[in-house]
Amino acid sequence: MNQRVRLTLFGSGAVVMGVFFVISVHSLPSFGGLQHLYRDLAVRAALSHTTANIVSSVNFDLRAADTLGEETVLLASVIGVMALLRPALEERELLPRERGHAMDATRLMGYVMMPVTLAVGVDIVLHGHITPGGGFQGGVMIAIALHLLYVAGSFRALDRLRPVNVFGMGELAGAAAFAMLGICGITFAGAFLANFIRQGQLGVLFSGGAVPLFNIAVGVEVACGMTVLLAQFLAQEITIVKRGERP
Amino acid sequence: MTVLVVLAFALVAAAGTAVVLSRDAQRQAITLSALGLTLTVLFLVLQAPDVALSQLAIGAAVVPLMVMLTLREIRQHPSRKDRSARS
Repeated sequence: MNQRVRLTLFGSGAVVMGVFFVISVHSLPSFGGLQHLYRDLAVRAALSHTTANIVSSVNFDLRAADTLGEETVLLASVIGVMALLRPALEERELLPRERGHAMDATRLMGYVMMPVTLAVGVDIVLHGHITPGGGFQGGVMIAIALHLLYVAGSFRALDRLRPVNVFGMGELAGAAAFAMLGICGITFAGAFLANFIRQGQLGVLFSGGAVPLFNIAVGVEVACGMTVLLAQFLAQEITIVKRGERP
Repeated sequence: MTVLVVLAFALVAAAGTAVVLSRDAQRQAITLSALGLTLTVLFLVLQAPDVALSQLAIGAAVVPLMVMLTLREIRQHPSRKDRSARS
């Protein structure tokens, strides 16, 4: 395929895409308006379930089935990465000798920020139904906190802190807990993923019914999943070598 | 408020252009991270703190890290096709 054919193909595609884009944007409500039909419905429904963070209520109560799908996508992609990046036949795993070439300032920041990031991550998971955040955001933050050890120049410490098989099981446990909470909805409230716990007072820690439990399940799944995912990439980079080669 | 929104959009546009214009893929990971940060600011200004948090963690930290690790891995083990193309 030469340059001209490629350009023609791109041009025709771009024109069609452009026309449809203009048509679809034209019929959208204007930017920054005050009329939001879905907002009015969602806010009313979330407040009736005493969940202060409307987004969490939409994610884990009103439209929890969508979130179940998203969690499954994450699970599938982590399993896919694990299958693709496993050591090949002619490769083996070897923990390399520590090469401490991180700057002192970087090391200090890594060690100082790690517990802080971990605490913020846990906080964001636990308060996801009251303030912005939730299982996904907090879970990613926890995974990032662990990897600050690698930034601080100590891959061995990171490797000791996160046994990959335990974290793999943690991810499965989180995904299973999500599904079990959904089944609890069938048992106690009559519908899959229905909010089956009696809701408390708006804005306190124990409110929102099952939403905090969903947040914790997702937090465990995402924190473990992200850690396992990054562990596969780091292993390719650091520990997996061709047979007969020294790192 | 409108000034902030316009400013945030301009920042996103500038960072996006920087990602497209950086030719070296390893530097592109850094500009991609900067784009993630500007998008975080945009979402915050548009009053979507939940999305801003996700964007900060995924767009500014995890994805650039994965891109970086993948690039280094590819450079360490050049495939047969690359080698024959280079020689």
